[in-house]
Amino acid sequence: MPVEILMPALSPTMEEGKLSKWLKKEGDAVTSGDVIAEIETDKATMEVEAVDEGTLGKILVAEGTDNVKVNTPIAVLVADGESADSIASSSGPKADADTPAATSDAAGGKARQSSEELSAATDSKIPAQPKVDVASDPDIPAGTEMVKTTVREALRDAMAEEMRRDPDVFVMGEEVAEYQGAYKITQGLLDEFGPRRVVDTPITEHGFAGVGVGAAMAGLRPIVEFMTFNFAMQAIDQIINSAAKTLYMSGGQMGAPIVFRGPSGAAARVAAQHSQCYAAWYSHIPGLKVVMPYTAADAKGLLKAAIRDPNPVIFLENEILYGHSFDVPNLDDFVLPIGKARIHKTGKDVTLVSFGIGMTYAVKAAEELAGLGIDAEIIDLRTIRPMDLPTIIESVKKTGRCVTVEEGYPQSSVGTEIATRVMQQAFDYLDAPVITVAGKDVPMPYAANLEKLALPSVAEVVEAVKAVTYTA
Amino acid sequence: MAPRAKKAPASKTQAASSGAPKAPKPADFTKDQELEAYREMLLIRRFEEKAGQLYGMGLIGGFCHLYIGQEAVVVGMQLALKPGDEVITGYRDHGHMLATGMSARGVMAELTGRRGGLSKGKGGSMHMFSKEKHFYGGHGIVGAQVPLGTGLAFANKYRGNDNISLTYFGDGAANQGQVYESFNMASLWKLPVVYIIENNRYAMGTSVSRASAETDFSRRGLSFNIPGIQVDGMDVRAVKAAGDEAAEWARSGKGPIILEMLTYRYRGHSMSDPAKYRTKDEVQKMRSEHDPIEQVKNRLIEKGWSSEDELKAIDKEVRDIVADSADFAQSDPEPDPSELYTDILL
Repeated sequence: MPVEILMPALSPTMEEGKLSKWLKKEGDAVTSGDVIAEIETDKATMEVEAVDEGTLGKILVAEGTDNVKVNTPIAVLVADGESADSIASSSGPKADADTPAATSDAAGGKARQSSEELSAATDSKIPAQPKVDVASDPDIPAGTEMVKTTVREALRDAMAEEMRRDPDVFVMGEEVAEYQGAYKITQGLLDEFGPRRVVDTPITEHGFAGVGVGAAMAGLRPIVEFMTFNFAMQAIDQIINSAAKTLYMSGGQMGAPIVFRGPSGAAARVAAQHSQCYAAWYSHIPGLKVVMPYTAADAKGLLKAAIRDPNPVIFLENEILYGHSFDVPNLDDFVLPIGKARIHKTGKDVTLVSFGIGMTYAVKAAEELAGLGIDAEIIDLRTIRPMDLPTIIESVKKTGRCVTVEEGYPQSSVGTEIATRVMQQAFDYLDAPVITVAGKDVPMPYAANLEKLALPSVAEVVEAVKAVTYTA
Repeated sequence: MAPRAKKAPASKTQAASSGAPKAPKPADFTKDQELEAYREMLLIRRFEEKAGQLYGMGLIGGFCHLYIGQEAVVVGMQLALKPGDEVITGYRDHGHMLATGMSARGVMAELTGRRGGLSKGKGGSMHMFSKEKHFYGGHGIVGAQVPLGTGLAFANKYRGNDNISLTYFGDGAANQGQVYESFNMASLWKLPVVYIIENNRYAMGTSVSRASAETDFSRRGLSFNIPGIQVDGMDVRAVKAAGDEAAEWARSGKGPIILEMLTYRYRGHSMSDPAKYRTKDEVQKMRSEHDPIEQVKNRLIEKGWSSEDELKAIDKEVRDIVADSADFAQSDPEPDPSELYTDILL
């Protein structure tokens, strides 16, 4: 049977091209792989190879023809014994390059819709983003002993408990084993679990992040410690392109159950390259969960949850908070739900939303505000992604005012995301614009006075609350 | 003869330390092995030709990197594996998927973005996976699969099984920093990984000599104490023999090993590459003198193991599989819109 040779698409964006040259003439024998013509695309001059075997029976589009639409028949291939004349009548004239209809009956027509057509066709049926129910915090039985614990100890306890529970859990990173952790978070783990499960890596973030993701794809449960998240920028391709996207790209066949953890944000006087908050960065990425605890209890309960989570979790800690002590319930297995905010303090006049070390400003500001007769509600977000918007929205409906507090840069910050959502979902309840208190729009300076200015302050939070409550 | 064999024997070894494996002679194939290799390579060849055709018709979108010319590498290596061994590669991955036993229908339907594709139409040419076949992708970022494949080997060692990870990458990826970060850890921890560098002589449009200070990729592991073997990657028997050697090395706890496969891609880097960086003669010479499939075909006929008719029957069988996959890939519906929001988180 004669086979039509169609004008091929030779790049992702090509819709038409110039048939610049025929390298075979009518009557020539053609085998698979032979170059038969040259075509000028929007990108380059390309060779067209034959896919089938036969004789070039008829050339339908002369060389030198411009604007030949993709999928227009340009020639006919015949087998031995077939006549070129018989096909000339069946498909000859319709192959005029100016006949756009030639493209629409070809199978490829549909795939080449313009972007306008595509969006018009799909706009009406974009499926709704599914709602996810998040569990509430577990009840802590009355009489449970509360133990003063530093965030550092809480993180270590969480890892140790999970490593005891599941032999597939291991921790890897720089100085996590013999040095006992650069910030002593993994202290004692090597003694208990040995070098097979507490793995010192070379200083090679991109590499060991990828090794961790590969091990997770194979079904292990790695905890990858970055000495700080600043260094994870070397590894961010593996975190985003490999860890976060594999589940989707594989159609749900395999993902990466992995925790990337370490300190994020400013420490003290370590300047620009070591002082940056990554909450907003990672919160941008579908396929990741992003957790940033403030208290020791949250650090413990959420790290345990992160290790058990089948998804990649970014667990952002803070170097300054490591030494802070909080009450932690003395329970055998204290696990908190990822994706649930915690109301740190109830109040009725203004909603303060913060997370991580930002909470230290919010808490102190609320104390000062109480003295001014302003009763602030404080929401500790705890998880940045997925974000517990219902808790924020419900609070704003009650208070009518919202101030966000974080140390990260101000543009495209977590606070701006909250402000947008509050505007969209609680517009009629707002009595003032949302104010976002954040770090200044500068690289972190070294000088002590400048560093202080670059970070948010309690005074700024208080001023913001005064502004949204119209308090003189 | 290897494609670059002017200056070197077909295979040679770079010894990182004493006791390094030797470059083996090409394996003696039985009739059944020759026939299996012939069929597997032909399936990849015909599949890729069809993919190119569907791309030309606009049925396959985006980027599409064909494996034509390199078939002997993955088919030969596959003959050296045992069940449970993992395979991972970059984005020139259709051949690897077919060789690991993933269905032609599933791969082709993924290329056309249909719901019956191996990733439900959400991955495309560069991103396909199969837990069942131990194929871990299909990775679109040059070199990213190397730490991942090293991580698969880490998991094997952690679990104490005797499986190995075959981690493929190209001569272009071989210049990425994360490759050497991986080499270091794999050697330090004696991980069971075989690094297969498919040197097809061009990283997109840049020839090896224009991009690489050391063009002998079998030597790229020397400073990490990783031995390397340079292999005629156009001869499936040479690949199989080197694969056996390397698999044994990695499986027995000696750590990683590098196989540099001297190979050649006939087509452009992707479908939109006019391949002006090399001469037509160079391509034609490789096709006529070193074609991996023709080599097997000639041996089968010379030895009297198969007649032209018997080989034609195999051709027909392969063409039918490919035609069926292409039909399926065109008739299968696109993904349901509800799939937009699935498989993001578990």
